[in-house]
Amino acid sequence: MTDQTRIRNFSIIAHIDHGKSTLADRLLERTGAVTEREMRDQLLDTMDLERERGITIKAQTVRIDYQAVDGEEYVLNLIDTPGHVDFSYEVSRSLAACEGALLLVDAAQGVQAQTLANSYLAIEAGLEVIPAINKIDLPAADPERAAAELVSILGGSPDDVVRMSAKTGTGVDELLETLVKEVPPPTGQPDAPLRALVFDSYFDAYRGVVCYIRVVDGQLSSGESIRFMATGEIHDAAEIGFLTPKANPVGTLGPGEVGYLITGVKEIDRIKVGDTITSAPSPASEPLEGYDEPRPMVFSGLFPTDGDDYEKLREALEKLRLNDASLLWEPETSKALGFGFRVGFLGLLHMEIVRERLEREYDLDLVATAPSVAYHVMMPDGSINEIKSPQDLPESTDRDGVAEPFVKAMILTPSEYVGPIMELATNRRGVVGSMNYISPERVELDFEIPLAEIVFDFFDLLKSKTKGYASLDYEPADYREADLVKVDILLNGQPVDAFSAIVHRDNAEAYGKKMTGRLRGLIPRQLFDVPIQAAIGGRIISRETVRAKRKDVTAKCYGGDVSRKKKLLKRQKEGKKRMKMVGSVEVPQEAFVAALKVDEES
Amino acid sequence: MNSDAVYRAAYRFADSFGDTAAAYVHIPFCATICPYCDFAVVEGQDDLARRYVDAVVTEIDSSDSWRPLEAIYFGGGTPSHVDPTLLDMILKALDARHGIAPDAEISLEANPEDFTSQRAELLKRIGFNRVSFGAQSFDSAVLVSLGRRHRGDHIAISVQAARRAGFDNISLDLIYGTPGERKRSWALTMTQAIGLMPDHVSCYALTVERGTPLGRAVNKGAPAPDPDVQADRYEYADTTLSQSGFERYEVSNWSRPGFECRYNMTVWAQGEYEAYGNGAHGYRRGRRFRNIRRLEAYINSIEDSHSARAGEEVIEGWDAELDRLFVGLRRTAGVTAGQGTMALLDSDDGRRLIEAGVISMDQDRLRIVKPLLTDAVHRSAMALQRPIVSGETNA
Repeated sequence: MTDQTRIRNFSIIAHIDHGKSTLADRLLERTGAVTEREMRDQLLDTMDLERERGITIKAQTVRIDYQAVDGEEYVLNLIDTPGHVDFSYEVSRSLAACEGALLLVDAAQGVQAQTLANSYLAIEAGLEVIPAINKIDLPAADPERAAAELVSILGGSPDDVVRMSAKTGTGVDELLETLVKEVPPPTGQPDAPLRALVFDSYFDAYRGVVCYIRVVDGQLSSGESIRFMATGEIHDAAEIGFLTPKANPVGTLGPGEVGYLITGVKEIDRIKVGDTITSAPSPASEPLEGYDEPRPMVFSGLFPTDGDDYEKLREALEKLRLNDASLLWEPETSKALGFGFRVGFLGLLHMEIVRERLEREYDLDLVATAPSVAYHVMMPDGSINEIKSPQDLPESTDRDGVAEPFVKAMILTPSEYVGPIMELATNRRGVVGSMNYISPERVELDFEIPLAEIVFDFFDLLKSKTKGYASLDYEPADYREADLVKVDILLNGQPVDAFSAIVHRDNAEAYGKKMTGRLRGLIPRQLFDVPIQAAIGGRIISRETVRAKRKDVTAKCYGGDVSRKKKLLKRQKEGKKRMKMVGSVEVPQEAFVAALKVDEES
Repeated sequence: MNSDAVYRAAYRFADSFGDTAAAYVHIPFCATICPYCDFAVVEGQDDLARRYVDAVVTEIDSSDSWRPLEAIYFGGGTPSHVDPTLLDMILKALDARHGIAPDAEISLEANPEDFTSQRAELLKRIGFNRVSFGAQSFDSAVLVSLGRRHRGDHIAISVQAARRAGFDNISLDLIYGTPGERKRSWALTMTQAIGLMPDHVSCYALTVERGTPLGRAVNKGAPAPDPDVQADRYEYADTTLSQSGFERYEVSNWSRPGFECRYNMTVWAQGEYEAYGNGAHGYRRGRRFRNIRRLEAYINSIEDSHSARAGEEVIEGWDAELDRLFVGLRRTAGVTAGQGTMALLDSDDGRRLIEAGVISMDQDRLRIVKPLLTDAVHRSAMALQRPIVSGETNA
């Protein structure tokens, strides 16, 4: 147990690539938490995907022992947070376990929308926000401009902003001292009944569910009987300890301490993140303030290319869910793609990551349909039906109206791009609200926009229109009624349900033309002509044709080529397994999503 | 057009080539390497020709003796580019080892510019009786773009030289679909080629192979052949040649009846053939084998009394059946029914191919009706799984 006055609990808020993981590594190294031998770059990003993409998906936590200049030993608990909008709910969880947040900003790029949004979360949660500018060693670094931006958001003086380089180690000492001085120590009641917050959990194949916890009041001892206040489940605290990031079992965790808890529970669903742990024999009367369950915002159909893999896909989803409670799905049947699942995701990155993990870690070949949002259909009987797939939209005669989800979006951009961004937002049915200059060169734009308009290529377009300088963050707002129609796509005369999309009536014709044109480019030539049509109801709004392939032959093939050529053709055939047969038409898997991808004209 | 009966006779004829004793000899030397060529070829290494031929002779001498050869094919490279006395040494070695049947087809590939009257007579005297000219085109612009050294006129001169020397089986190789080739240019080439009254014509679509100068140029953005244009050219050639009395007996080969290339017909009938020289591929005793491809490595290996082989693959069971379809379906005659054809017709792919009119099954033969889509058929066929029903294939 550590004296609370010597504990500092903090998170790092940073945009992707602004150096959070590098800084975490540097802190671990500097404080001797990890030996050089154990040191791998980006120690806290444990998933292969996290390392490869340089992003953090799951929150992680680590305890660092630090001797400050005042001669005292401090315990610093670093609770790592994801930097992407899709995972912002994870950020709130982490913040709830901290007293301080380090706001880390790239000296060349300045404040980004996600960092700004997460800083607001930290301020609202009552955390002390410590600004720091990273990567001052870069040639393009402009620490003064970044400092001015931070001051305009947080107040204070530019002189108080730590300037550092996690890469070279410059300023890391100063940062550690600032954290010790500025982050308030926890102020839990040591003698009150136990209250500890479960701020994350993961599934370990050998140990079952491992909870990350923050003790707020009282003490948690190994072996004691505990109660999860929301679920009512009672278990023994089989093992408790802290992470360095290795697991170090301890006998007791006191108020203010951060660590892990293993109860022997094997089913992740039985542990609710955000729950409060208390003592079973002498429980606290009130739980800690929890947080909302993450709600999936984007839905996509996932279908195995090989229909026999349906069970394998279900098992893989179940396994992924062990560490990702936000992953939800229900079975879906498509005439074109067979049996699969409609899966809900937090956002596009989440969707991409899940799909990649399914294919890579579970060796599945998948077709993903274009992402869609959840619509509310007003039925003639007055009820409201939620639909997550365009296929489920009733005919216009069988419904009174359709409402779609809107989000509040925030874009941070250099001021010269305000015009193009406004145009983009307006084209996507967005309504611009306010515009604030956070510095003379940088503007925060707030607007409301249908989620459906941004789930697909909006972010790519925003990046291309602003040379990559603008950043986007959004949060759900409300549902609004709109004149929406379903556009169907027909291949070879047959409607392909997986290509159906719900779009605004005003955009339907343009959408149909765009889709048929795209598909013509994506569908390879076949043994026969393949007409591609777009239709609303029964009315065809556009048509293209993929002409039959005329030449597919090896001109010269004699004795010499036989073995090599046979193998080549067999390989080519295996490559075609990435094609999905839709009726008698071979459609590349990518077509189901790529058809809607980045639209340079809009 | 021929009647069904005549066709069916030709089909039986096609399969009978499977019993031919055949041999391929590779001659890698060229005056210059054509930019589209990806065969085992060398230029500027003529000084190695003698050592090479000695190595080939050693390889022949050390191979298991067979029965008298009925088809011998000298391919390259450019067999006509080397001293005919060297080719003679090889023929003598073949004769000593296996024997050469009295009516054997003995064929060589030749470049028009090499084929002087004197050389034609010499080659005939040595024993060659069939010559296949790398004519490629009669359009000088196309010849230049293909990196060829001869001009249209050379072709007629060399064909005449061959006829005068007594070659009564002459073939012309032509290439169509070169970027920049015009419709008129191909029509002119066809007219001129037919005008020389060859016995056999091969028409090949210019193909961009990886690792060739053409492949690299296309990668860097040079125009690539257009498959639709090539399809037009092919159809034009097929029509023109058949109107002139030629019959297409394989995807890219037409001949006057009875002048099918015996060596190639053997390969397509899944017959066995010996192969000698660097990079040569053969099929003997149920194994498809290949020789060391690099010229010097081949020579050194033989000189060190090592094998010329670089690898081999046993063709048996289901593989042999697929192999039979692979080679046999390139022929107009197609293949006789067997487990492979049944498996294909029974597959989803097979049904689509039938529906699209690419293949047809009539009487007891499966044939590709749209030869331009042969690879589409082969891709489906090569992926076929052996049917569950047990029993050996009839390959």
